Amino acid sequence: MKDNLIFICRCEDVTLEEIKEAFNKGFKDIESLRRHLKIGTGPCQGKTCIPLLEKTLAQLSGKNKIETISTRPPESPVPFGVFIKEDKKE
Amino acid sequence: MKSFDVVIIGGGITGLSTAYYLNKMGVKNVLIIEKNYLGSGSTGRCGTGIRQQFTTKEHIVLMRESVKLWKEWENSLEQPIHFKQGGYIWLLRDNEELKQYKNYAKMQNLLGVPTQIISKGGIKEIVPEINTDDIVGASWCPTDGSAYPFEVINALKFFVESNGTTIRTFEDVKNITLKNGLIQSVITNKGIYYTSFLVNGAGTGAKKTAKMIEIELPLENYRHQIVVSEPLEDFLNPMIVKGELYFTQTYRGRIIGGTDMNEGPTDSISASVNFLEKFAIEIVKTMPVLSSIRIMRQWAGSYVVTPDHHPIIGPSEISNFVLGCGYSGHGFMLGPIVGKLLAGYINNGNFFLEEANHLTLERFKKGKLIKEKAVIG
Repeated sequence: MKDNLIFICRCEDVTLEEIKEAFNKGFKDIESLRRHLKIGTGPCQGKTCIPLLEKTLAQLSGKNKIETISTRPPESPVPFGVFIKEDKKE
Repeated sequence: MKSFDVVIIGGGITGLSTAYYLNKMGVKNVLIIEKNYLGSGSTGRCGTGIRQQFTTKEHIVLMRESVKLWKEWENSLEQPIHFKQGGYIWLLRDNEELKQYKNYAKMQNLLGVPTQIISKGGIKEIVPEINTDDIVGASWCPTDGSAYPFEVINALKFFVESNGTTIRTFEDVKNITLKNGLIQSVITNKGIYYTSFLVNGAGTGAKKTAKMIEIELPLENYRHQIVVSEPLEDFLNPMIVKGELYFTQTYRGRIIGGTDMNEGPTDSISASVNFLEKFAIEIVKTMPVLSSIRIMRQWAGSYVVTPDHHPIIGPSEISNFVLGCGYSGHGFMLGPIVGKLLAGYINNGNFFLEEANHLTLERFKKGKLIKEKAVIG
């Protein structure tokens, strides 16, 4: 399959081709690559795409081990309103 | 042995903006050293806001000039930075606040910033979703705005790299050497670089960096946190401010904002659930329609704070050691003007804006502090 048809990040529609392009443009570490392409910043928060990105980056850079990104809370998206109910209990 | 005209410590907005203006002024042999990735410090963690609604002449004039440069950047940089002038609506909660902000608005008007005091009806016209029950009016500046930090970083990176600047990331400054009272070289974990000027744009690490050459900077790091929501259709242009709360919508549709937890100084940048709770309560009260919108991500970054909440820019005791730090939460928005001022200072030995002369390190020794009252988030 062609690289432009392989979606690594399904929330943000980032393809393998775009990752390779960005890598060649100089985004060679996982943190700046992620921020440039917005991989893993959608509603799934990187649960499926970040492992794929790590693997891709390892292949591109010829390294065995890629530093993983810092994960951000919350674990899965929660509505702002969740906290309001707690406020009312007081 | 490598030598440079200017070495800059810190690959955030200060370092990149200074390199940008140095390159534009014809100083091409510039090196930026960043200990992590570009924008990994306070720049990339910031709340995107760009405002001129301040309470001192220094901040107002610098930000008025910075906004002009933001516009130039938006128009001239090859990559989009998503600078937009959606304005800042500063919601006022009682008549005392209203009176205070009327005075600030007068001062801002005198200095050429078009702030107006607007009524509840005026607020509803701009952002109908705001709950105006517990407010009396707002201070509104339509030329304030926001930009997207990582797009700014990348746009500047591409410009400076194709104009002579060398960027070295994941490289840590270990020592700075002096010769005859002047900076001679910078030693990192990967090399040694000789230089005619050294710029300290190291953000949270600026204090530690200056200490390497026995210069004390009155800086403390304070943790501030930010939340981002799931993406929504575009509906919110301005930045909304209410007390300690601020929020807006990015070009990617997400609501981004923060609030102040009133903590003491700390180097920690971990995220806390207490913050999420305070923010959620404040934002839903201000804009009830957001209650069902989901929080996607939160993180923290540092305000590098000075005793008078104004930056330290320009000269230090060592004449070729130039400072650009201590923005107290306003480093991103001040980035363009500070870069231009620092590049001009390195080139000509003076600032092209009179107000910048009040912002040097010397003011703390002379006791000439300038107090900023409008600090948020």
